[in-house]
Amino acid sequence: MANPGGGAVCNGKLHNHKKQSNGSQSRNCTKNGIVKEAQQNGKPHFCDKLIVESFEEAPLHVMVFTYMGYGIGTLFGYLRDFLRNWGIEKCNAAVERKEQKDFVPLYQDFENFYTRNLYMRIRDNWNRPICSAPGPLFDVMERVSDDYNWTFRFTGRVIKDVINMGSYNFLGLAAKYDESMRTIKDVLEVYGTGVASTRHEMGTLDKHKELEDLVAKFLNVEAAMVFGMGFATNSMNIPALVGKGCLILSDELNHTSLVLGARLSGATIRIFKHNNTQSLEKLLRDAVIYGQPRTRRAWKKILILVEGVYSMEGSIVHLPQIIALKKKYKAYLYIDEAHSIGAVGPTGRGVTEFFGLDPHEVDVLMGTFTKSFGASGGYIAGRKDLVDYLRVHSHSAVYASSMSPPIAEQIIRSLKLIMGLDGTTQGLQRVQQLAKNTRYFRQRLQEMGFIIYGNENASVVPLLLYMPGKVAAFARHMLEKKIGVVVVGFPATPLAEARARFCVSAAHTREMLDTVLEALDEMGDLLQLKYSRHKKSARPELYDETSFELED
Amino acid sequence: MATATEQWVLVEMVQALYEAPAYHLILEGILILWIIRLLFSKTYKLQERSDLTVKEKEELIEEWQPEPLVPPVPKDHPALNYNIVSGPPSHKTVVNGKECINFASFNFLGLLDNPRVKAAALASLKKYGVGTCGPRGFYGTFDVHLDLEERLAKFMKTEEAIIYSYGFATIASAIPAYSKRGDIVFVDRAACFAIQKGLQASRSDIKLFKHNDMADLERLLKEQEIEDQKNPRKARVTRRFIVVEGLYMNTGTICPLPELVKLKYKYKARIFLEESLSFGVLGEHGRGVTEHYGINIDDIDLISANMENALASIGGFCCGRSFVIDHQRLSGQGYCFSASLPPLLAAAAIEALNIMEENPGIFAVLKEKCGQIHKALQGISGLKVVGESLSPAFHLQLEESTGSREQDVRLLQEIVDQCMNRSIALTQARYLEKEEKCLPPPSIRVVVTVEQTEEELERAASTIKEVAQAVLL
Repeated sequence: MANPGGGAVCNGKLHNHKKQSNGSQSRNCTKNGIVKEAQQNGKPHFCDKLIVESFEEAPLHVMVFTYMGYGIGTLFGYLRDFLRNWGIEKCNAAVERKEQKDFVPLYQDFENFYTRNLYMRIRDNWNRPICSAPGPLFDVMERVSDDYNWTFRFTGRVIKDVINMGSYNFLGLAAKYDESMRTIKDVLEVYGTGVASTRHEMGTLDKHKELEDLVAKFLNVEAAMVFGMGFATNSMNIPALVGKGCLILSDELNHTSLVLGARLSGATIRIFKHNNTQSLEKLLRDAVIYGQPRTRRAWKKILILVEGVYSMEGSIVHLPQIIALKKKYKAYLYIDEAHSIGAVGPTGRGVTEFFGLDPHEVDVLMGTFTKSFGASGGYIAGRKDLVDYLRVHSHSAVYASSMSPPIAEQIIRSLKLIMGLDGTTQGLQRVQQLAKNTRYFRQRLQEMGFIIYGNENASVVPLLLYMPGKVAAFARHMLEKKIGVVVVGFPATPLAEARARFCVSAAHTREMLDTVLEALDEMGDLLQLKYSRHKKSARPELYDETSFELED
Repeated sequence: MATATEQWVLVEMVQALYEAPAYHLILEGILILWIIRLLFSKTYKLQERSDLTVKEKEELIEEWQPEPLVPPVPKDHPALNYNIVSGPPSHKTVVNGKECINFASFNFLGLLDNPRVKAAALASLKKYGVGTCGPRGFYGTFDVHLDLEERLAKFMKTEEAIIYSYGFATIASAIPAYSKRGDIVFVDRAACFAIQKGLQASRSDIKLFKHNDMADLERLLKEQEIEDQKNPRKARVTRRFIVVEGLYMNTGTICPLPELVKLKYKYKARIFLEESLSFGVLGEHGRGVTEHYGINIDDIDLISANMENALASIGGFCCGRSFVIDHQRLSGQGYCFSASLPPLLAAAAIEALNIMEENPGIFAVLKEKCGQIHKALQGISGLKVVGESLSPAFHLQLEESTGSREQDVRLLQEIVDQCMNRSIALTQARYLEKEEKCLPPPSIRVVVTVEQTEEELERAASTIKEVAQAVLL
């Protein structure tokens, strides 16, 4: 099937969003400096902060038109398949070799219906090649198609200085080389790029050890281990933690890598509704009370898999409630902080810091270095016994190459910056700038009347487009205005909830964001995207904040 | 007469009914209703409903004690004390503070600290920085990636190539992109762990054949053919794959590709070939096992290899016909859902390919060196050499096991440690013993690279010989 992004559908069922139109939910927090809207809500022993997390429902007519759009697309698809079958329309798809025509087809033609007839028409909006660092401005290579997106041809021209709203460059640490990256150059010159061995054999470098110690220190936990690929960190370590006779409770919107890891583990998997603690508690209760199906033996252990920030929804995990549940039912908690580490919390230490919790309350802290740190790879951190166990039993440590030394150095540099070990406050400024940019951007979009999903503190901002035709029109028009956006549709989202996803970065200046917002305002009127029926509240105080430039 | 009597009886009955007292009628009515109820109700009672009370539930929750998340690891576990390499793991390397000649890293062509590769990576670092901050679909496609894919396709003489950001994830993602539940995969028992994980993720039916035993494979294929004839409808939609490695990581042996191709056409099963060890090693130009045997590369449906061994970068690639490879761009999980390869690693791989193309003689040199040490290591009492003489990674196993795997491992580790003291860096081949489908016997893996000189190879062989004799006798 076509999976242009995101991992929602791989859980085997389409999710139905919990619509929290009333939005505000309260949860406990610490007295941190960033979030100021603390308010009391009747439980005096908690210091509650108001978290605005909304999933507004679309008006009925929008839904009707959306399904109509898909219906018409499907009808035309059938028509064109019919024409292709009869040889009236030329079929551009690659075909099987002559010698192997009598083999069982490699993939079902039917599987590709969606790809061939819907995705192909708007394919130019994905995989756009770029030829510069993925900083706040990047250069997109212009390409055209002479055969309705079956193939692309590069014109040789480059669209310069497109505003990048698509890369997960939360802290702006992915940038082209400058003097601050000198250490990476040095490491590259000494070590080279590869390692050519595994951690267990001859691939543990002193650089890896340095990095692991620093990660543990950054996260304020006992130990950490790093891996060469973020995706594989999940898929190759979950099987080391749980197995047959164990139960995994997984959020329905978890990333594919978590789903794959859960499947490879051989444990039983049950899915709870997205960020829904009632649904989770029910599953937990039933699991503990009734044990395994058929054999009725008690479960060996229960592992809850959640993400810190969900990349397609912009929602933040309801961590305090989940920790309370995990304690009550003695389950273990595994958090994937791919989109939250570095980006959430007053000093960028992720969701535990955001909620003011001790990181040791979470059993397994996982995260990636791809996003905030502008590198690649992933880590698992927690108690020493956990990490020691993984050092011995992780599939990745035994069978996969270890991390490239210059990549490790980029992470070390980023961590030192965020922790302020470089002697400046630049890292902290970046984290704070990101929080400001995020709230400014979300606030303005809301006021313009767009439906945007998620938590007001999440730097991933999904803007709902709904209709498949608008997805393509939106992305193409935005590129014309020199703004690079990411659009996502089925199967990464529910069929009727296609969306654009912006990733706010600390490196975005106020001017860049204003340019984007202006273009969005225009686009919203042109394509009639302002679906929201909520009253718009003006919060002028947000606009008074002056953005400060990051010194490069 | 008879009719009169009957009439009389009827009349009498009706009359009796009239005369009967009310309580009698009511009683009879109740009795009739009772009989009806008995007739229609179940004759036995179902088991008592056994709903737990809230209190009982709370007690159960209170009672349940899970296993610890991870069992404790003994402090002296050998895997906890990794060898720590300071500086680059290239030809001469510092392991645990001691300078050694590296016979453990898969740096076959010595490209790991090649200045040209470093310069190319540095140029890329200057232009692109380090990370890509996104998957290929969302602005994670850089011109460098497209270049590398084109270069790999051209080098391998295939239509298309696709790159992954991690070697392990390559074949592990490629297999489940095609093979689904209900499909059948014939796989060699010695297949490496990445293949095993790919097969597990695919949830297909797995049939293991004896290592490199074509008769055994044919037996399984025949069995399947008979099965298919019984159920031709199902057979029409059941894909069949043969998954093999070019050079086997776990045994150092080469796969009999010509026979496999014959079987492929005879039984209509597609071949997936894992070439992580043979790419950049076998064949006149380093194109791998297809070139070695002179087989048309189009006869192999998919070739996968990592760029972490011969190319000394990070990542992996698959190549083949567009019809096959293009499918992975939307179905390869490790491709779609993972951040793309950092451009500097892609640039390093391109430069490594350049070097390979410019120096085709390098492969013959490597082959010669493999042969040399292979020969020199024969005849050590207590140790046997496992693997082809043309394989740059082969194994030394105990001739006779002591009977316990633990004891074997300890003996081999003793040899490795003593070699390390004498400046020869070796390592045991490590496995997750409980996870492997067919666990290979413990062994020391020897890796040959073009940088090792003849004297060094001689020295390594004689060192291993002496140490083994001291440890094993």
